[in-house]
Amino acid sequence: MSSLNEPFDTITRQRSAAEFGIWIFLASEVLFFGGLFTGYSVYRFSYPTGFAAAGAETDLLIGTANTALLLTSSATMAVAVWSGRAGFRRQVLWGLSLTALLGAGFMVLKAIEYYNDFTESLIPGSPDFPVPDAGAQVFFSFYWVMTALHAVHLTIGVGAVMTTAIRVWLDRFDWRSTGLLHVLGLYWHLIDVIWIVLFPLLYLLGR
Amino acid sequence: MTDIPQTGPADHSYALPPSYLGAGSTLKSWLLTTDHKRIGLLYLATITFFFFVGGVAATLMRMELITPAGDLVSADTYNRLFTLHGVIMVWFFLVPAIPATLGNFIMPLSIGARDVAFPRLNLLSWYLTAAGGALALVSLLMGGVDTGWTFYTPYSTLYSNSWVTLAAAGVFVAGFGTIATGLNFIVTVHTQRTQGMTWMRLPLFVWSIYATAIMMVLATPVLAIALLMVVAERLFNLGLFNPDQGGDPIIFQHIFWFYSHPAVYIMILPGMGVVTEVLTCFGRRRVFGYEAMVFAILGIAIFSFFVWGHHMFVSGQSTYASLIFSLLSFVVAVPSAIKVFNWSATLYGGHITFEASMLYALGFIGLFTLGGLTGLYLASIPIDVHVTDTYFIVAHFHYIMVGGMVSAFFAGLHYWWPKITGRTYSEGFARLAALLMFVGFNFTFFPQFILGYLGMPRRYWSYPPEFQILNIVSSFGALILAAAYLLPMIYLGLSLWRGRPAGNNPWKATGLEWATTSPPPRDNFDVRPVVNREPYSYHDDGSLPSNRDEHEENVNSQDSKGRGM
Repeated sequence: MSSLNEPFDTITRQRSAAEFGIWIFLASEVLFFGGLFTGYSVYRFSYPTGFAAAGAETDLLIGTANTALLLTSSATMAVAVWSGRAGFRRQVLWGLSLTALLGAGFMVLKAIEYYNDFTESLIPGSPDFPVPDAGAQVFFSFYWVMTALHAVHLTIGVGAVMTTAIRVWLDRFDWRSTGLLHVLGLYWHLIDVIWIVLFPLLYLLGR
Repeated sequence: MTDIPQTGPADHSYALPPSYLGAGSTLKSWLLTTDHKRIGLLYLATITFFFFVGGVAATLMRMELITPAGDLVSADTYNRLFTLHGVIMVWFFLVPAIPATLGNFIMPLSIGARDVAFPRLNLLSWYLTAAGGALALVSLLMGGVDTGWTFYTPYSTLYSNSWVTLAAAGVFVAGFGTIATGLNFIVTVHTQRTQGMTWMRLPLFVWSIYATAIMMVLATPVLAIALLMVVAERLFNLGLFNPDQGGDPIIFQHIFWFYSHPAVYIMILPGMGVVTEVLTCFGRRRVFGYEAMVFAILGIAIFSFFVWGHHMFVSGQSTYASLIFSLLSFVVAVPSAIKVFNWSATLYGGHITFEASMLYALGFIGLFTLGGLTGLYLASIPIDVHVTDTYFIVAHFHYIMVGGMVSAFFAGLHYWWPKITGRTYSEGFARLAALLMFVGFNFTFFPQFILGYLGMPRRYWSYPPEFQILNIVSSFGALILAAAYLLPMIYLGLSLWRGRPAGNNPWKATGLEWATTSPPPRDNFDVRPVVNREPYSYHDDGSLPSNRDEHEENVNSQDSKGRGM
């Protein structure tokens, strides 16, 4: 099992390159969501009352529960990353499995919330849209795009965490020294951080 | 690197030294390669293909515009033609042109690296670019897009009945290829420089690729989200930009230009890097003001993010915003001007020879300067309001993109061709092509400045008869330009087939890429080079051409001590 890839001479160099690379990718991701945050901010400035009225329609209970799930998953991910560095195989496996489980739990709750939103006609352009204030439909346009994009990222994250867990279990790669667990952890934390921004924007403002 | 046998042109053998090309000639050996050099060539084939697809659309448009009446194609077809031309040329030719081909091939060589930091990611970038291009081509074959390359809302979201979603998806997918390339290049420059290659010894081509990579990583995701919002609005009737639901179409323009202005510099900065390499080599001069050039490159990269509003002076944005954006647009011209002055100062007192790539590079300086100065006209609000959406704009950005960037691409292609293929090409035909390109370009686009100033709007398929003379001149120029673009296909193709071995360093240039064999071996260097001098150490000021060879012997015999493994 060779853990050193072309074109690197030392594993330390390779590890720092991988970590540097993921930081650059995260910067790119922040600007990806940044376009949505900018749009949201501009419209919220134009329609303060419409955004407040629409924001009161989101499901605070599910939103809060999901925030708790994701924050906890970041803790279990951190356990996996630091156990990996120390070489504790069992803790890595537990950390990754719990992280994937908590992420999947988030997706289940989110699906229930989407279903409820759908039955309440919280869909922009729908004739039964319940909030008449100007800007309310814009709020829900952003709600759908932002949460859906976040969910796509989370799905990729859960898939990557599960794959990594299986590969650690089968000892398919050198998880102690390659820094791959750290890279995965940074991506997971970013998904969490984006949710921490989305949560007040979509659930708390306007209540 | 001194003991590699030189195969000079005097040697009549056509055999090349063992190289990366010998790693296999099957389709699989190309499609699954992780060699940055082979991936560079995959990109070269891809962008050449798209260049001619976009070129065919341009040719049809210029044919339509020979007569005032719209007689060759319908108005709707014309809309689809200029959209196709813009989408293909911007995202599938200009953006990948220099970074992904020459950058991929040459940049690791010129920092003494074995490969880019993430070779498999590099291959994925090409697949994403190719897949994006395929989606864009499918949208073309199904009937095309009529929104213009800018996908402006609300037309793109509410009204257009063309294949907007498919084309936007193509650009979106290719965008992730660009981000991956940028990420790879940044990490490569940080981690793969050979021993002694300090930051201030990096060739300016590497610096410009590095700055471009930063812009790719930070700007492209913003384009991605803008297109995603357009697609989401088309598919699910969301109200992100729809005024009926409270949306504002102008927001799209802000987000789009936040990407697309840096994208202009993504397209031109690598060209500036290439031109610096070529000018120093054929001027036999150290570059004037190396540090100033580095800071100008970084300055352009940073300021490019703060000028997007100059595309929107007539969009109804706040007057104060327009004033600030106008000021910042003048500011971004300063580092560009520093570069032009430094190129001129580099040439001053040089022993200039006029090889084909030097002709392209000199053409770049002239055309880029003209394009840049007319950019200052457009940064002034009163003039911009007068010429907005006229052929003046079209001429301006073609001077930067085609006159500048495409000239620089050909300069780099001719400069590095002997390194890439190991073979020489016909210098006479190459010079002819360079001259034809310069003349044809000016015939095509200079009349468009006048047309625009007289008030001919862009994107129309017919026009009042008084504009016909200038349009005929422009279309005639396009004919010359087309010939100039086809010519390299012939003599470079002949070079591949019958070209004589070029030798390791045919131009007697100083970059590390010339210190290995032509074409380079799979791992680039048999022994990792060690750098102990600044870049561009050509002859001392004032030394005579007759003494040149002796001096360059010293320059080229660098310390070839291997790197400790």
